Amino acid sequence: MPTPDEIFEQVLAEETAKGSSPAVAQARAKAARVRAERGAKDPTKASGETSPPPASNPTSKGGAAPAAEAQAPAPAAEAKPAAAAKPAAKPATGAPPKRAAAAGVGPAVPERVQRLLAVVKPEAIQKVERQPMDRVNVWPHLMAAEFVSLIVVMLMLTVFSMAVDAPLRELANFNTTPNPSKAPWYFLGLQELLRYFHPQVAGVSIPTVIIIGLMAAPFIDRNPSTRPDDRKLAIVIFSFFMFSFAVLTILGMFFRGPGFNFVYPWDGGYLFFEL
Amino acid sequence: MAKAWNPREKLAERMDQLHGSQLMRAIFRPGSIFRRGYADSPRNRAYVVMNSLLYHLHPVKVKRHGIKLSYTLCLGGLSFFLFILLTITGIYLMFFYRPSVEAVYGDMQRLHTQVSFGLLVRNLHRWGAHLMTISVFLHMARVFYTGAYKPPREFNWVVGVILLLLTLLLAFTGYLLPWDQLAVWAVTVGTEMMKNSPVIGDQVQFALLGGPVIGPETLLRWYTLHVLLLPFVIVIFISIHFWRVRKDGGISGPM
Repeated sequence: MPTPDEIFEQVLAEETAKGSSPAVAQARAKAARVRAERGAKDPTKASGETSPPPASNPTSKGGAAPAAEAQAPAPAAEAKPAAAAKPAAKPATGAPPKRAAAAGVGPAVPERVQRLLAVVKPEAIQKVERQPMDRVNVWPHLMAAEFVSLIVVMLMLTVFSMAVDAPLRELANFNTTPNPSKAPWYFLGLQELLRYFHPQVAGVSIPTVIIIGLMAAPFIDRNPSTRPDDRKLAIVIFSFFMFSFAVLTILGMFFRGPGFNFVYPWDGGYLFFEL
Repeated sequence: MAKAWNPREKLAERMDQLHGSQLMRAIFRPGSIFRRGYADSPRNRAYVVMNSLLYHLHPVKVKRHGIKLSYTLCLGGLSFFLFILLTITGIYLMFFYRPSVEAVYGDMQRLHTQVSFGLLVRNLHRWGAHLMTISVFLHMARVFYTGAYKPPREFNWVVGVILLLLTLLLAFTGYLLPWDQLAVWAVTVGTEMMKNSPVIGDQVQFALLGGPVIGPETLLRWYTLHVLLLPFVIVIFISIHFWRVRKDGGISGPM
């Protein structure tokens, strides 16, 4: 019985004689050596796993195409004739004699035992590429735009800060209430509501409803479209609330004089509002 | 003939040596313009984003319409930028500010008159805060009008509403800190509303003011909220917000 190394040399010589390229010859020789080593170490297992003779597989070498869709045993069975083609053509090589004997059929049966690991559907392979989409590099396109807008805002803010000072009135005095005393501008809409509703409604219920309503918006609006034409109702409702809030805030800012009573800004001198 | 002394060439050579040095290669990852061999290639364009702590908040590529200024108006990014600006100016202001009723107003006046750039930094902080409130609000409007809150981005919208609330709370807690007539009475008006919460109204007001009326405890409490607790919470929610933007498929699609 030849040792694995002898088999290697033998197959290499044969392949070279046949005119195979050196890489192919070496690979085939290595494969033969590995098969021989495996067979020498564990002959019983090898013989146990030996598959039935190729005669039981009438679908011949051409049957590779449907392999992917086939049932579990099929690809393994079908792959064998293809693999068998070479050893069968030159019976003296590839398989070690011991295993050929164990198989018990005339021409060498391929020793490669194949198991099905996964069935890969053809489209899964073909759709690896993403859907073509018009994409641009963040650097430099997006980051340049961000940088410019950042600089512009920073410049405007700095110039404004140099021109206008933040208000600092006299020290807090709990004995003199300024008239009118107003909340910060972002709460003036709510303060304006206090003129019309009970404090519990204006100060608690309405803000709570606004917050919960905002958070629930995506779960209420089940319309999947993002086109303005398809979502007129949502836009109208949202715009209505935005507009109301803006009107209330502007009323609170400019149209409320002493005692939070209504005045025109050009009458009362409240045109400028402390921020 | 020996090459003429060319300072520009010499400088370029030295810079090249510096950029290729082990120190620079250790500090800056591939794609940085501070390493030798940055050239404008698709690979380096990707590296710039991937290999930077700050920039890798971005994906390597975005949809083309996403960089159109008319789509986002940069409002989300500007809100974040203003938050960073407010953090930096706020830390500077903290050097000169003691949150006790006896000291606070004097500190404010010293900030205006004695501290280098004190008034300018305070102005930046104040106007920046107003601007951030506006930009967060407008950001919300933009997201609504472009329908960007729709699945799969519903939850990020909820996080965004929480961020709006936190922004308002940060602005409101900061409003008290100058401890002048404007601050104290504006906060009085604001907290009077919360007293009207059903059942637990008085308790809510007591917890917020640290007492039945505005006093030294309120100042300390709101200061702590303003410089520590609320920024801490908002950073967590900002992180979730940015992370979800990526996980939910990047910037929303065109209308």
